[in-house]
Amino acid sequence: MHALIIDDSRAMRSILRRIVTDLGFETLEAGHGQEALDHLEAGRVPDLCLIDWNMPVMDGYTFVTKVRENPDWRDVTLMMVTTESEHGQIVRALAAGAHEYVIKPFTPDAIVDKLELLGLVQGGVPA
Amino acid sequence: MTISQSSFAFVSDLARRETAMLYDAGKEYLVEARLLPLARAAGCADVDAYVTRLRIDQAERAKALDALTINETSWFRDNAPYQAFTEKLLPDVLAARAHVRHVSIWSAACSSGQEAYSLAMLLDQHLPAGWTAQILATDVSPTMLARVDAGRYSQVEMNRGLPATSLVKYFSRVGSEWEVSAELKRMVRTQHLNLAAPFPLLPTFDIVFLRNVLIYFDMETKRDILQRVHRIVAPDGYLLLGSSETTLDMDDHWGREAHGRVQVHRPATTTRATTATAVGWHPTAMTGA
Repeated sequence: MHALIIDDSRAMRSILRRIVTDLGFETLEAGHGQEALDHLEAGRVPDLCLIDWNMPVMDGYTFVTKVRENPDWRDVTLMMVTTESEHGQIVRALAAGAHEYVIKPFTPDAIVDKLELLGLVQGGVPA
Repeated sequence: MTISQSSFAFVSDLARRETAMLYDAGKEYLVEARLLPLARAAGCADVDAYVTRLRIDQAERAKALDALTINETSWFRDNAPYQAFTEKLLPDVLAARAHVRHVSIWSAACSSGQEAYSLAMLLDQHLPAGWTAQILATDVSPTMLARVDAGRYSQVEMNRGLPATSLVKYFSRVGSEWEVSAELKRMVRTQHLNLAAPFPLLPTFDIVFLRNVLIYFDMETKRDILQRVHRIVAPDGYLLLGSSETTLDMDDHWGREAHGRVQVHRPATTTRATTATAVGWHPTAMTGA
């Protein structure tokens, strides 16, 4: 299983990398939505994307809409991991095609819980 | 900072006497974590100084017991029991209660209420039109019961296992917290209850969630609790325990069935034959959509 971690904060990418690596994922990283899109267009299509909202060049919401426009990427699971915590923003991200939403700050358990909900992890290992 | 052995022994004995909860050797860190905020609030230099005060201050002892009985919880904790609820338990109860069109559930040791409200969400989604349901949420901690009534949760708590679709459907933002909808609140009623003491008058329940709490009690208390729960579960009802808990070797009045990864417990059929209808339970809570 492959996870693409998209966040402009190197520290946050490192935290998320440690969590999903412990769960058995191999990881790719991107500092903004366009860089992430470049990975997908180059054929590096992950099983899971962890996506920040506010980033330079291309934000996470736009990235989600771009991924959902391409039917070849319909199996990619998209999870927002962001400080955006308004009810309307969450609704917007889900409507655009995000599967799940984690609001920062979070505990590592929160990521594991969500990945279990999504069926990507079972009992602490990839399903 | 570490709690002294004599302080730990005092707290451990207090918890055992008052709530029958076990804080054995090795749980010092837990006692310390629970009591440190109270020690600070009381102006004590450390937990040992606070325990010295507990020896003479009854009001402070009540607060300490309250803090010691708080348990961690999350939405749809462990997932599989809720899957069993939706796929097996609820359909069975709906079939058996067609004449009364009411489902009664007990969330025992409800802590801050995530279990009760998780069940309320599932009932909202799966209860047929014209049905009512009520969930009794009980806990030994008045602080926890007040939290359940308020139905407010921090951002960190909201992240723990709650699907985003349920978050936007059932919660609204109130400052930095999220508050559960009035519709779900109407389904949940709270009541103070110490599992280790004789139960107050309770209705008959179709489904009892008694999860991850028996582990805190000694064998004799576990057995006693299971026997008393047996008397208030409908003969065709269900009991769910935590994944590491069982009725095996403790109370032979229960039958066990596997559903997926979950073992569900049912009153053994030969032990009694009483009416399955909920007694003294007023179906005023909610109507299925």
